[in-house]
Parts: sequence; C-alpha cells; structure tokens
Amino acid sequence: MEIFWFIAVGFMLTMYVILDGFDLGAGIIHLLAAKSDNQRRTILNAIGPVWDGNEVWLLAAGGTLYFAFPKLYASSFSGFYLPLIIVLWLLMLRAVGIEFRHHLRHPLWKSFWDVTFSVASLLLTIFFGVALGNVVRGVPLNAEGYFFEPLWTTFTVVPEAGILDWFTVLMGLVALFTLTTHGANFVAMKTESDLQTRSRTIARISTYGVLITSILAVIATSSIRPGIWENYTKYPWGFIFPLVGLSGLAGMFLYRRKSNDTAAFLSSCAFIAGMAASTAFGLFPNLLPASTKSEYSLTIYNTAAGDYGLGVGLVWWSVGMILAAAYFIYLFYSFRGKIKLPAEGEGY
Amino acid sequence: MEDALIMARLQFAFTVMFHYLFPQLTMGLALLIVILKGMALWKKNERYNLSARFWAKIFAVNFAMGVVTGIPLEFQFGTNWAKFSVFAGGVIGQTLAMEGVFAFFLESSFLGLFLFGEKKLGQVGHFLAAFMVFLGSWLSGFLIIATNAWMQHPVAYQVAADGSVELTSFWGLLFNPWVGWQYTHTMLGSVITAAFVMSAVGAYYLLANRDLEYGKIFLRLGVIAGLIASVLAAFPTGDGQGKNVAQHQPATLAAMEGLFETKEGAELILIGQPDMENLKIDNPIHIPRLLSFLTYNRWMAEVKGLDAFPRENWPDNIPLLYYSYHIMVGLGTIFIAVMATAVYLLWRSQLFSTRWLLWILMLSFPFPYIANTTGWMTAELGRQPWLVYGLMRTTEGLSPMISAGNSLFTLIGFMGMYMILGLLFLFLVLREVFHGPAHSGSSGQ
Repeated sequence: MEIFWFIAVGFMLTMYVILDGFDLGAGIIHLLAAKSDNQRRTILNAIGPVWDGNEVWLLAAGGTLYFAFPKLYASSFSGFYLPLIIVLWLLMLRAVGIEFRHHLRHPLWKSFWDVTFSVASLLLTIFFGVALGNVVRGVPLNAEGYFFEPLWTTFTVVPEAGILDWFTVLMGLVALFTLTTHGANFVAMKTESDLQTRSRTIARISTYGVLITSILAVIATSSIRPGIWENYTKYPWGFIFPLVGLSGLAGMFLYRRKSNDTAAFLSSCAFIAGMAASTAFGLFPNLLPASTKSEYSLTIYNTAAGDYGLGVGLVWWSVGMILAAAYFIYLFYSFRGKIKLPAEGEGY
Repeated sequence: MEDALIMARLQFAFTVMFHYLFPQLTMGLALLIVILKGMALWKKNERYNLSARFWAKIFAVNFAMGVVTGIPLEFQFGTNWAKFSVFAGGVIGQTLAMEGVFAFFLESSFLGLFLFGEKKLGQVGHFLAAFMVFLGSWLSGFLIIATNAWMQHPVAYQVAADGSVELTSFWGLLFNPWVGWQYTHTMLGSVITAAFVMSAVGAYYLLANRDLEYGKIFLRLGVIAGLIASVLAAFPTGDGQGKNVAQHQPATLAAMEGLFETKEGAELILIGQPDMENLKIDNPIHIPRLLSFLTYNRWMAEVKGLDAFPRENWPDNIPLLYYSYHIMVGLGTIFIAVMATAVYLLWRSQLFSTRWLLWILMLSFPFPYIANTTGWMTAELGRQPWLVYGLMRTTEGLSPMISAGNSLFTLIGFMGMYMILGLLFLFLVLREVFHGPAHSGSSGQ
C-alpha cells in the first residue's frame, strides 16, 4: 500500500515537472527568444490555456502527499519554511505576470510583467532543483522527525548545511538547463519564423548544458550519497530508468540536429521522466533522508497515514486520475497545432 | 513559544481572510454566469452572451487571485502547523487531496476552454464549459467545508497508537452532520456577494445613464438571486447552523450571543458591548426569551451561559467573536430588506427609475464581503481554544522549529505582496466595469 502511494506521488510530481516544466521553460526563454510584443504574446498564448492546469499537478501532488504521508508533509514543509514561502511568492508573481499583462496595452505595463514572468520562472526552476538536491543530500532531522534549515550557512555539504550549498546549487543548475531546453523545444514546436529559429538555437546550446551539469550531478551524488546506488545493485532491473533518461538525452541531441521539434520535445519529456524515476528508485524507501542519523530518516513506512484511509484513497485517486487524464487529452487536443496569434485585446 | 503562536495565527488569519475575498465571488459568479449563458441559449438574445463575456473577464481576474492566494493556505498546514498536520493529516488529508485531484483539475481545464474556446466549442459547448467551471468551484468549496466541518465537529476517526487520528469511515467524513448546513450557508453567502456585485454594476450603469440594457439585465438577475440567497442564508441554513453550534459547541454559542449566565428564557441581545472584566453586556438592547426560542423552539428553555463551562474552554477572544457574529447577522438582515424592496419594485416595474434604491445597491457591494468574512471569523474564533474541537488545542498544533522571527518575516512579506495584488485587482476590475459590456467583443480565437 505504501509503495503504491510512493509511486503515485512520484508520478504526479513527474507529471508536474514535465507539464509545468515546459511553461516554466517558456518563461525562462521569454525575454531571450521573443523580441517583439507579438512574439511575446505568441509565447503567452501557447502556454495560456494550459499553464494553470499544469500547475494544478503540483497542488494535487502536494495534496496527495499530505493525504498519504502526513508526517513527511509536516516535517518537510516546516523544515523548508523560508524557501517554500519564497517559492509561493514567486508562484504568485509568475501567475499575475501571465494573467495581468494583457489587460493593458501600455508598453511599460507589458515590459514590467514580461520581466516579472521571466525572472519568476527562472528562480522557481532553480529553487525546484535545489529542493530536489536537498532531498537527495538529506536534511538534519531530529529524533521527533523535525528540522529547520536556514537558507545558507557555508555553502559546503556539512551536517548543518543550509538550503543552498554547492551540491544543491548544482542541482538547481541541472533543473535550469533541463527546463530551458524543454521549454525551448516546446516553443519551437508551437511557433514559426524567427521566434522558432531563436528557440531552436537556445535549445541546442542549452542541451549541452544539460549534458555537462547532469554528468557533474551524477558524480557529485555518488560521492556525497553513495547509498543511492544500493537499490540498483539489489534490483538491477531498476537500470531501465536511467536508460530511459539517457535515450531521452540522446533524442534531444539527435532530433535537435534534425530540427524535428516535436520529437525533441518528446525526448526532453522522456529525459525528465527517466531522471525523476531514477532518483525516486535510488531513494526508495526513503522520502527524506536524515543527514544526522540514518534511523531518523523519514521513510514511506514511518510517515504513512492509516491503512483504511489509504485503501479508500485508492478508489477515488484512480477515478480522479482517469478524469484528469481525459481533461488534459481533450484540452491539449483542443489547443493543438501552431499558435495563430489572436487579435490584440483577445487571448493573452 | 507564545510569540511564535501569535505570529502563526496572525499569518493564517490574514492570508485566509484575504484569500476568501476572491473565492466567494468566484463561486457565486460561476452560478450567475451559468444562468446568463442559459438565458442566452434559451432567449437567443446576444446581449446575454455579451453579459456573460463581460462577467467572464472579471471572473478570470478574480479566479487568478483566488488561485494564487489559496496555495499559501495548504502550504501553511505544513509550514506553520506541522503538529496539527501530523495529528489530523490521516483524516483531513482525504478531503484536501480530493480537492486537488477532482476540483482543481476540473476547474483549471475547463476555465481555459471557457475563456478561450467560445468559437471552437459553439454555444452549447461553451455553456457546458461554464457549467463545468461552476461544478469544479462548488466541489472545491464542498471539500474545504468538509475539512473545516471535521475540525468543528470531528467524526469518523479513531486514535492510532502514535496519538494521531485515522479515518474509519470515508462517507462518515463527507457526510459529517456538520457539513450540510455549513456548506449550504457558505455557498449562499457567496451567491449573495456575487448578486450584490452584479446589482452594483447594473445600478452604476443605470445611474450613469450608459449601457442601459446591460444594466437592467444585471439588476434583474442580481436582485432576484440576491433576495433568494439572502432569505435562504437566514432560514433554514443560518438557523440550522446555529442549532448545530448550540448542540455541539454550547460554550461557543454562549460566547457568540454574549450570554454569561445560564438561564431559562434567555434573551437575544441585539446590540451591546461585552465587558470581560465584569462578565456582563454593557448597554444591552435585547428581546426577552427569544434566544431560548431560536435555540430550542421553547420560550422558557434553559440556555447554558459561559458560567457553565470551565474558563480554559472559553473561546479566547470573546468580544471579537461576539462582534463578528452580530455584524454577520445584522448585515444579513439588512440584505434581506434591501433585496426584498428591490424585487418588489422590480415586480412593479419601478426599480430602474427608483434612483435612491439604485444608489443603495451601487454602494452596498462591500457589505457581503464583510458579512462573509465575519461569518468565517465566527466559525473560527468560535472553535477556539480548540484547533480540532475537543481533540487538539490550538497551542498544540504549532510547528516546533519555526521561530517567531521567521514567521514575522513571511507575514510582512505576505502583507506587502497582498497589498500590491489587491490594488492591481481593484484597478483591473474597475477598468473592465468602466470599459463596459457592450465592447466585450468575441473572446478567444
């Protein structure tokens, strides 16, 4: 039962990174790729009808985490207090950046929200990578299962490390390059003319960034948390996940060279899914490893809710996911194809 | 610890009160937009479609505000109230997760279709998209109310070995006896807000002698929906909710009503100031025996006063609770009077030329917001000193490792952020109102 919910929450978070990942990435390249107001509106109309639904995956994953592993939710949310609240503020700024921009046609108004949207997207992406870095590295949990991390201490990986140290910042960079590429692939797929050309250029350069930072991250992870490979030696079939990630990365290079934007975008989806599953497989059954004593680590077994509740949840969660999948297929089908820019005053 | 508790409570109170300014309009307006779209289909009158489009623009801004201010609340359960989450997560995790999985996906997917897909979907499809947005927002409301109802009146749980609670009956949680009245009362409150806002815009157009046809549509729908919702909010839902409180939270009822002494034939206090030093009401204006009758349907029934309960179980801010409750009830009564007058004049075909009433309707839109806010303050202050009634005190629910300084830092940040968001919201909505519905054009591609 706990294993099912581990996979369920992992699945929802991965869906979030893939779906919201492309609109975060579109935000990161917003100022670089789109030079005129029409091009910026094209990007916003490409993500406009879907970004809110994409972000719901984060909320639904959070809700499911709270439902399935309440002790983990309590411990990690209070421990990551400051970065989480900052993430909230960034989410708000980004949302109003998208939604308020088109209400006024004044160029200063538009520029302000363009920068807000782009900077918030960039910082959010880095923060999400840093968060993953913190989970992989472990946090200073005490015997009651609580901790509190300051934003930074000495930037080194020590037991009393802060949220930001060289390792978590490295993970932030992995996230940055990954979602930049992912978003650029998406924009290239949905647009035409020189906006498409610039997005392709960004995607090509940024894919190299993904390769370099990923190699560094794998080496660093092996050195500070050698235990991450234990599950792989025990269950070698788990290597299928890194393999999916690697073929995704290969596809990102190959299809980028052929300028096949849709295939490149699907490859970056596969890369994200593969890497997320690889990390989850390595962590299992830990949800939040302790950097203090390994027996303080929060696992799926010592944080799960009661059996009856988890069992009932199985039913409604499955129904909910089928419905959500139906909405998303219909939504993406309705807004398929290249963006035709609506007249000024309509759409975004 | 004391400081940290106050900071965490202030932060939650501030963020939840600001948040609820938006969903109350979202939920009420979603219903009114569905009615406008239905009228457009039925009467084949393009004005109703333009009206729906006009309100959809305001709805979109309002919805975005509701979403961005709602996320911090779910986060705070973990960040500031970790012990509460550990204790109660096994039960209320159900309803909170279901809100994400069912309501949020539904709303967000169909909102995109509703706002940008009118031409693609056709008129019937667009009506259905509006209906799905309405369904999603009301489902979201239900699951949040079910969560709050469990905190007000915990049911369907057992205490596990580690001291936390576990769910024992899924349907017991969803059909908590507390849920029915609280849900209908809250939803009617949100319809009242939307009805007053719609009437206010309609009254403004008539008084300003512009967009007259739209002004009349808004007024007609606004005052009729406003009257129905105001009456139903008082009876049976408000009455039913009051009887729930009397039965399950008798100390809360005594504090709300300002009843310090247990007595038979208790009076209903209309106006007066609680004097906590001498435990009495100063300058009271009251109706004899009415409280006994309203609570137990008998004029001489005994109603328990605060003296019947140990002081550590009294709500910790009785004057504020008392005022919140009395403001809500007072405003609710005024709403019925205003809307009944308006509907009477509408029936006599005089509403659109009765300028004094149009002025009142135009200026009274802030009051439903106050009534909804004070209603929630009554529920939340009334539950004190409990976080989960009878099971966990508010002092026991706090995160153990968050210092007061860190909470103050984030509280100040929220205040700054919300001030800017609030100003932007007002600016954008007023702009749409001044822009007018006649130029709403076609929306989407």
